[in-house]
Amino acid sequence: MILDWLQALGQRALSFFQRLGRGHITLYYLLIAIPSVLLRPRLLLQQIYSVGVLTLLIILVSGLFVGMVLGLQGYNTLVRFGAEQSLGTAVALTLLREMAPVVTALLFAGRAGSALTAEIGLMKTTEQLSGMEMMAVDPNKRILAPRFLAGVISMPLLSLIFGAVGIMGGYIVGVGLLGVDEGAFWSQMQANVDMREDIWNGIIKSMVFGVVATWIAIYEGNDATPTSEGVSRATTRTVVHTSLAVLGLNFILTALMFGD
Amino acid sequence: MAQEETAPLVRIRGLRFARGERMIFDGVDLDIHRGGITAIMGPSGTGKTTLLKLIGGQLRPLAGTIEVDGQNVHRLSRDRLYQLRKRMGLLFQSGALLTDLNVFENVAFPLREHTRLPESMLRDLVLMKLEAVGLRGARTLMPSELSGGMARRVALARAIALDPMMVMYDEPFTGQDPISMGVLVKLIRRLNDALGLTSVVVSHDVQETASIADYIYLLSGGKVVGQGTPQQLGDSDSAWAQQFLKGEPDGPVPFHYPAPDYVEDLMVGSEGARS
Repeated sequence: MILDWLQALGQRALSFFQRLGRGHITLYYLLIAIPSVLLRPRLLLQQIYSVGVLTLLIILVSGLFVGMVLGLQGYNTLVRFGAEQSLGTAVALTLLREMAPVVTALLFAGRAGSALTAEIGLMKTTEQLSGMEMMAVDPNKRILAPRFLAGVISMPLLSLIFGAVGIMGGYIVGVGLLGVDEGAFWSQMQANVDMREDIWNGIIKSMVFGVVATWIAIYEGNDATPTSEGVSRATTRTVVHTSLAVLGLNFILTALMFGD
Repeated sequence: MAQEETAPLVRIRGLRFARGERMIFDGVDLDIHRGGITAIMGPSGTGKTTLLKLIGGQLRPLAGTIEVDGQNVHRLSRDRLYQLRKRMGLLFQSGALLTDLNVFENVAFPLREHTRLPESMLRDLVLMKLEAVGLRGARTLMPSELSGGMARRVALARAIALDPMMVMYDEPFTGQDPISMGVLVKLIRRLNDALGLTSVVVSHDVQETASIADYIYLLSGGKVVGQGTPQQLGDSDSAWAQQFLKGEPDGPVPFHYPAPDYVEDLMVGSEGARS
């Protein structure tokens, strides 16, 4: 009984470390394939379109609504202390430091990450990747690395767009609807948001999330069991693992960046 | 040079390969001669597809060597292996066409990846390959619009796009209607002779394969259990060859999956159901 339990535990641990190992081998191959992607910018542009541009709509809409909610809630809290003038700062800092990188990464996992996993998983299931290998075309260079680089490039840009649109949302609600002074809204924001401390740290976060989210999506697709059930499980794992990884990493990064 | 010409294109010696606990190949020796069509036959699950993947270097054997054109496939560096693969085509059972490209682009794919041909020359080449498989008119169709037989012919056009020395066919006749089966049978023979290829056909369709093969290997239980020209195999008194070629349900290959004694199994049924 106990032996069975121990055996099952050992098996789980082994399979965990095997997956971890395969994940890192995938990352290694992705990284060494990047130079060859740079030589074929057309492949990269196609992928930036499908990974980044097609994710734009959900980012714009979500950014706007998140910003509007922040404006509303921020106003309700600040007005009690007579500090509604600081609404611009509150909205901008919340968005740039935390919400934009994190929510963008979560949306990215749901929209682009799952699509990447499903696409690659299906290519594996239908032997397209294998077929490519037999045509002496390296799928790492032709299929996986362009998608990886596209994700890594797209994420910080999407995050910046999310932040900018979110600030507009906060502005519409705060200034447009609730009557916060427009000059105070912008000037406080300008005075209190620091380029390096706030904006760059947010960008660094979303770069890290870009690497992690795309890496997980590509690894899961490439490692999927080549059946329809396998692909569906891999897609689910992509979203779950990416979300957990992003939230966990965000805490660590926040502690490192803003901890003191 | 003369010796090289007569040496087999693929030489497999002492091949052993396992998937998990299950031994797929247990000491297979096999030669594939240049210019001919060699068929590898056997019941489903004998690892015929695995053999093609081993020859293509996609899988590694436990032991033994596979030499293609004098090069040990599994000792080659990645670059050299890819160089070698440019000279062999593998036709997957599913066709493995790239689903986001149309027929023309699928055939053009290896040419675009490996050559720097001007567009007009590339177009001519692709149309020549498509003409050879009778699908020049289908160049704008997407893979999802093709029937199974057409998809396999497109995949064949793609496999010969780089003018390989060898083409390997994985179950080319499975699931084909009689007409497209006949078309594929003729195509394989015609392309082999016209392009001076070496062909390897993996199949369990006895009649079709025997009609075009120059030499046949019969695989079962991880071993070569029979070999020879179709004529020789047909005349052989090997129980195995006779069972397979005539399609008899029972023989050296048992009809039943290994199981405990039938009567005993039924007797414990009522207890087994309770436990």
